[in-house]
Amino acid sequence: MTARERIAGNVAGYVDDRTGAAKWMKKNLTKVFPDHWSFLLGEICLYSFIILLASGTFLTFWFDPSMKEVIYDGEYAPLKGLEMSAAYASTLDISFEVRGGLLMRQIHHWAALIFMVGIVVHLLRVYFTGAFRKPREFNWIIGVGLLTLGIVEGFLGYSLPDDLLSGTGIRIAEAIIQALPVVGSYLAFFAFGGAFPGEAFIPRIYTVHILLLPGIFLALITVHLMLVWYQKHTQFPGPGRTEKNVVGYPLMPVYMAKAGGFFFIVFGVTAFLGAVASINPIWLYGPYTPGQISAGSQPDWYMGWLDGLVRMSPPIETHAFGHTISWNILIPGLILPGIMFTLLALYPFIESWATGDKREHHLLDRPRNAPNRTALGAMALTFTLVSLLNGGNDIIATTFHLTINQMMWFSRIGVLVLPPIAFIITKRLCLALQRADRDLVLHGRETGRLVRLPHGEFVEVHEPISAEKAWTLTSHEQIAPLELPEFDGAGVRRAGGIKNKIRNRISRATAVAVPKATESERKELEGHH
Amino acid sequence: MSNEIELIKDPGLPAHQHRRADEDPKFAQRAERQVAILFLISALGTILLIASYVFIPTDVFVFIPIFGENNLHQLLLGLGMAIALFFIGAGLIHWAKNLMPDEEVIAQRHEFRSPDEDREDFVKTVKAGAGAAGLGRRPLIKRTLGLALGLSGLTPLLLLRDLGPLPKADLTKTSWKAGTRLVTDPGDRPIKASDLEVGAVAQTLPEIAPGAHRALADVGKDAVLLIRLRPEDFNLDAERLSWTYDGIIAFSKICSHMGCAVALYEQQTKHLLCPCHQSTFDVTRAAKVIFGPAARPLPQLAITVDSEGYLVAQAPFNEPVGPSFWERSS
Repeated sequence: MTARERIAGNVAGYVDDRTGAAKWMKKNLTKVFPDHWSFLLGEICLYSFIILLASGTFLTFWFDPSMKEVIYDGEYAPLKGLEMSAAYASTLDISFEVRGGLLMRQIHHWAALIFMVGIVVHLLRVYFTGAFRKPREFNWIIGVGLLTLGIVEGFLGYSLPDDLLSGTGIRIAEAIIQALPVVGSYLAFFAFGGAFPGEAFIPRIYTVHILLLPGIFLALITVHLMLVWYQKHTQFPGPGRTEKNVVGYPLMPVYMAKAGGFFFIVFGVTAFLGAVASINPIWLYGPYTPGQISAGSQPDWYMGWLDGLVRMSPPIETHAFGHTISWNILIPGLILPGIMFTLLALYPFIESWATGDKREHHLLDRPRNAPNRTALGAMALTFTLVSLLNGGNDIIATTFHLTINQMMWFSRIGVLVLPPIAFIITKRLCLALQRADRDLVLHGRETGRLVRLPHGEFVEVHEPISAEKAWTLTSHEQIAPLELPEFDGAGVRRAGGIKNKIRNRISRATAVAVPKATESERKELEGHH
Repeated sequence: MSNEIELIKDPGLPAHQHRRADEDPKFAQRAERQVAILFLISALGTILLIASYVFIPTDVFVFIPIFGENNLHQLLLGLGMAIALFFIGAGLIHWAKNLMPDEEVIAQRHEFRSPDEDREDFVKTVKAGAGAAGLGRRPLIKRTLGLALGLSGLTPLLLLRDLGPLPKADLTKTSWKAGTRLVTDPGDRPIKASDLEVGAVAQTLPEIAPGAHRALADVGKDAVLLIRLRPEDFNLDAERLSWTYDGIIAFSKICSHMGCAVALYEQQTKHLLCPCHQSTFDVTRAAKVIFGPAARPLPQLAITVDSEGYLVAQAPFNEPVGPSFWERSS
């Protein structure tokens, strides 16, 4: 035994004597993680969160979250002598006087964008592969919670510098609070410590941004990861992979090295972006004052779809009995997003209710094999994308020489018409892909080699695909539709009959599929050749 | 022959394919060198970072295509940091992919559902525990506990009350009074009608005592936009026309939709556009909404001139400015 091994043994022994960790560590260091590029998406979120904590802590050392007015007397000449809040002035100081300050600010902002992109793409991966199904519903809900909090956290973060652009964003947030029936103006005055903008808001959201929400994030992320750990990761179907096993690489050393290495790569890329790609150049916007604005005011992208919905809203307000209800703010700003996030959070339960499937699933679906789910996802995505486009309608209009009216009418109609079209097209595409899979298994791969037969006919030579591939393409389940009773023996609608009718109908739509290729069919075809 | 359909069978995990580095020590050594080189590049990155921190002045700017003008100091700091971090990651992953074992292993999943007897025991334990506490048998305790917990939930609501004052008339009143002069923003200079040419726009605020401080909350309600048209361009009723002066019309600059500054004026069409949500207001028709999500026109401020010829408000706004709220009556 070398000296090094002895020391390592002693340390491990010391820790185990006090915690009994050896048994747990032994089991978990060899834990198996399946490998797939799309499983890295969640990791990107985790790593950018760590980058956010580190760079954010750096920024707090210089940032002064105060709306007290000061006269700027710093390095940046164009703003010298101007009245501005201490928050804005200290952000200028971080950008121009603290060495590496601008770099850290830009890393922080880029990391926030990457965090949000990561969450959304991770969510899409989990959705389209059906990874949210039993037993992972809790983790899905936690994920939706993290997405929602991420949007809020990001908004509060870019609001802190108190520049003209972010102040405009706060103004809009205030108008949404103020639009709430009955309590709106009271809540707005409480939140802002008086009339907008007051002097209380930035210090308050600072506490929320750097303490309250990061704390909640930490707790939720911990539970999210512990559940992934305990429930073991899902895996894509393939040879040797079943619902009862997990095929992949052991945590120690391969997965640790890969995951650790990936952290440095994410951090490196974020640092590169922070170094070369200017983001949120607040010195160009100037300090906030409610009487001014710059053209082309845009929120960050994850707020863009909400802003797009507000922009396309028809001008409806109700004035009755001495009161006002602003539907043009409430519907796009609160009601629609509320419905969307609720449906998103409840989706695993809705699906299992509709399909009657209450079993555990550890093998992922290929999106084409769940056409209804995939089409629904495409529909929701189309809705959000049209809204997002409309959030930049002014920029798009000026870039492509359109009028703002054309853009707005495109979005107003498109947001209603395009999602159903996306649903239909996606469902057809999924079924077409299923048919392609079937053909591939039954007839093999097209080789591109043409052969002329003795009697003059030309045929393309097909090559059979491997047994592994054939299994991967056919191992999915095709569930029969539910046949819930709607009527009793006498032909009278029974209690719950209507509910059953709805479930039957959804279930029938879900079960539409191209029958997958079977060995029997393959043999039969071989007989013909 | 049976009618049973035979499905395609699982061929099982494919045999492991060895990498060149597994079989040939020469390739293994080469991979080892590659990993070492990646780590060395990272070390160079940190050296670049330290060197640029010490030697590069902070006031030099360089132009990079696509990304534009960049401060050289922060650019090199960032590049050094990016190189240092990225290549640690690249080295680790190259190491894992080429030198660490790459044989896939199979682990079994365990069922999450506890055995039936455990579940029954759990229910029994809960029942026994609840029985021991006797909550069901002692409704008095249950109800008073519920009352106490519910009431204590009010405490934070109450304590948060002092976050801000009640709105009172704050949302409905501005600083404009009959006779208040309109002054330029910025500059605080009073304005004569002759200062504005036809087609001109001016951003104004109510006059305050010299040296007095103007709170942003006041600017957020008081900001007014002056626009001068030819008097014959107006399409107003008699009352609204009397609120203008010699072709000059004044509107609240705070959008009636969500409170942004309505700052874009199209001289040709005489439209005002809010850059936030593109609500468009027709100046000739008392800022009637002609497009976008805003539901109400911008409030018009009645103006005239005082004895010295400076523009003044005839009267305060006759309605609240800014976005709607519950207590607003029209």
